[in-house]
Amino acid sequence: MSLLLEIRDLHVEALGEDGRWHEIVGGVSVTLERSRVLGLIGESGAGKSTLGLAALGYARRGVRLARGSIRLDGEELLGAPYERLREIRGRRVTYVAQSAAAAFNPAFRIEDQCIEAAVAHGLMDEAEARAEARRLFAKLRLPDPETFGRRYPHQVSGGQLQRAMTVMALVPRPDLVVFDEPTTALDVTTQIEVLAAIKTAIEGEDLAAIYITHDLALVVQIAHRILVLKDGRAVEEGETSEILERPRQPYTRALVHLRRRFRPERPRPAEPPLLEVRGVEAAYGAVRVLEDVDLALWRGRTVAVVGESGSGKTTLARVVTGLLPPRRGEVRLDGRPLQPSYRRRSRDDLRRIQLVYQMPDVALNPRQTVEEIVGRPLTFYFDVRGTARRRRVEELLDAVELPASFADRYPAELSGGQKQRVAIARALAAEPEVMICDEVTSALDVQVADAVLALLLELQARTGIAYLYITHDLATVKAIADEIVVMLRGRVVESGPKSEVLAPPHHPYTELLLSSVPEMETGWLDRILRRRGHRAAPVAGNAPAEAGRMP
Amino acid sequence: MTPRMPWSARLGLALTLLFALLALVGPWIAPYDEARVVGEVWEPFSRAHPLGTDHLGRDMLSRMLYGARRTIGIALAATCLSFVLGTTLGYLAATLGGWVDAVLSRVVDTLMSIPTLIFALVVLAVLPPSVTVLILVMAVLDSTRVFRLARAVAMDVVVLEFVEAARLRGEGLGWIVLREIGPNTLPPLLAEFGMRFCFAILFLSSLSFLGLGIQPPAADWGGMVRDNANAIAFGLPVPLVPAAAIALLTVAVNLVVDWQLRRATAGRGA
Repeated sequence: MSLLLEIRDLHVEALGEDGRWHEIVGGVSVTLERSRVLGLIGESGAGKSTLGLAALGYARRGVRLARGSIRLDGEELLGAPYERLREIRGRRVTYVAQSAAAAFNPAFRIEDQCIEAAVAHGLMDEAEARAEARRLFAKLRLPDPETFGRRYPHQVSGGQLQRAMTVMALVPRPDLVVFDEPTTALDVTTQIEVLAAIKTAIEGEDLAAIYITHDLALVVQIAHRILVLKDGRAVEEGETSEILERPRQPYTRALVHLRRRFRPERPRPAEPPLLEVRGVEAAYGAVRVLEDVDLALWRGRTVAVVGESGSGKTTLARVVTGLLPPRRGEVRLDGRPLQPSYRRRSRDDLRRIQLVYQMPDVALNPRQTVEEIVGRPLTFYFDVRGTARRRRVEELLDAVELPASFADRYPAELSGGQKQRVAIARALAAEPEVMICDEVTSALDVQVADAVLALLLELQARTGIAYLYITHDLATVKAIADEIVVMLRGRVVESGPKSEVLAPPHHPYTELLLSSVPEMETGWLDRILRRRGHRAAPVAGNAPAEAGRMP
Repeated sequence: MTPRMPWSARLGLALTLLFALLALVGPWIAPYDEARVVGEVWEPFSRAHPLGTDHLGRDMLSRMLYGARRTIGIALAATCLSFVLGTTLGYLAATLGGWVDAVLSRVVDTLMSIPTLIFALVVLAVLPPSVTVLILVMAVLDSTRVFRLARAVAMDVVVLEFVEAARLRGEGLGWIVLREIGPNTLPPLLAEFGMRFCFAILFLSSLSFLGLGIQPPAADWGGMVRDNANAIAFGLPVPLVPAAAIALLTVAVNLVVDWQLRRATAGRGA
């Protein structure tokens, strides 16, 4: 096997706010042979994308490739003249960005954008490039490959656009493709389709690829070798099976063992439910988003509401909190109906149901200190002030595993995971009986998310709080739920105790969701694809994910 | 205050304080009365008249000192009032929405559809000329612009989840406006304040020129530029003196505002 890319001892620096250069990648070496896929994995800020872009000899604005060597087929890219780099980029090395929606120009047709690089570089004439693009459209199982490219980016789904972007990268027949989190912005079920498409696309094309992601379970499906990055340094590198079976570094080990958390379900208590949603129908204007939704939550238990984006999960939370009064149906707390609008609920009713948001960045007032944020519910509901309040705030911070000194910080001085802990502390301060967690871990890195989940479980064991946990991630559901409610297009398609919902026979949609959660083993994707849609080639390339959405 | 203060802010602060001091003590240290004719028309700078004399032979330095208090005082009072009025109503409109927002916004639209200067002319011609009336008219007219800005920035903040969290907690309107929205909309409003203050000085001088602002013989800087504008044709620097004062004050105030702005945004991260 011949060596294609060789990065040696690469140092990358970024311009800080203080006007100095800080190292963000410190001495990483990468080697990649032809027809091989290298998985780059790590948390946000680990330097994955920076390293991926360095393979194109490129650094983002405010970032510079400081030292080291980047050789493509023996040719040094670091310090190469700009004109030479232009010849290489888009011809020999191409790039697939995370958000296809942002990467496509909305004003041009998809096919015209897909062939642009190949034609501009003079690799093919227009007719050849179009033929090549259509061949790849078909290969990536896009619907109606002959005419697909005539559409505009907004006329296709997110998963299709991401595949179209892969076509764009492949048309010039590059030697190396860099995939930068190509499935992160997609729904679970779509994600698998795109991953499978990328895998087939790479296989027959005699090229090497770098696949960047933060999800180890995804990358093991596609990569031959894996490089684990942490804080700009390579902490471990090895063959995929080797990393999975014998992770050497504690960090890698933690990554491998994530998603394996599982709590056995507890039986329903023999008492009436604490929170009940009965026959709720809700709408935004003329658009109906919830239809006849029922749900029951018992004291000290967890109900997980699962579904893809647009299934009405978050709307359900808005109905329960009173932000969106339902058109029909009611929400009961302790057997007593709650006022439909939060404006008319008593202070005590408001206190008993607390909401924790998905994005901790906007859920905390940036102009208040942690003490003010966490302390306000104490003053507001319990009239606790002064040193007593400070003490209680410190206790709450301790409960969410943050040091007491954080009380004086502003949200901007905290990391994403720390902010989410502060948001949880704020909710706890009200001493609620029900906590609604709206995708609380989805904006966090896997490892941080896992720690937050562990915290939620621990808090429940200690305080007997009940969770209404909203998520699209079945791995999380397995980890914490007692009962599961599966939602599709504003309706509950399946609900019940975890063991019943997760055990066959499934509703077809539950089945699809379940089989879309990547498992931490190498052959999983191939197996799942054989079992699913690929048993019969989909008609006109209609992907099973899209087909599965039909009721 | 932060330990490190950029030199531009130091300069701005020093100049602003100097202007404030002159406004306070001006009339007492002025060598002549502002209205007394003490020499020839447009005398050059001399020991007796360090800044020369104006188009009627009055001492320029004395008029500058008397004018400082009036110009800065009225402009500052009008701007502050317009901000109190504009931001309060703007925040209310953004927070309450619905018909409150609709009514307030339409009233403001109506006011803004009439050219400011003409509107001021009409109102001031009807009402008795006094400093209080002048300040009120300037403040009300200016507050329409502040309202629009305050409402727009508050709209962006109102939809954020921490405001929703406060509502779900059951917080009242006062807390939401003052503690959740207010601090988060400060930077753009602060920048606007610096600019509006300068506009107020210029607006005041337009009114004075038209005979509806400060009544002669009382001095104000804007009026002094106008009174002596003809001197430019003779190559005399007289009108440049009050003009320079206005410019310097404007720059000084904005240097301070910029510094505050940077401080206000620094804590919020990238």
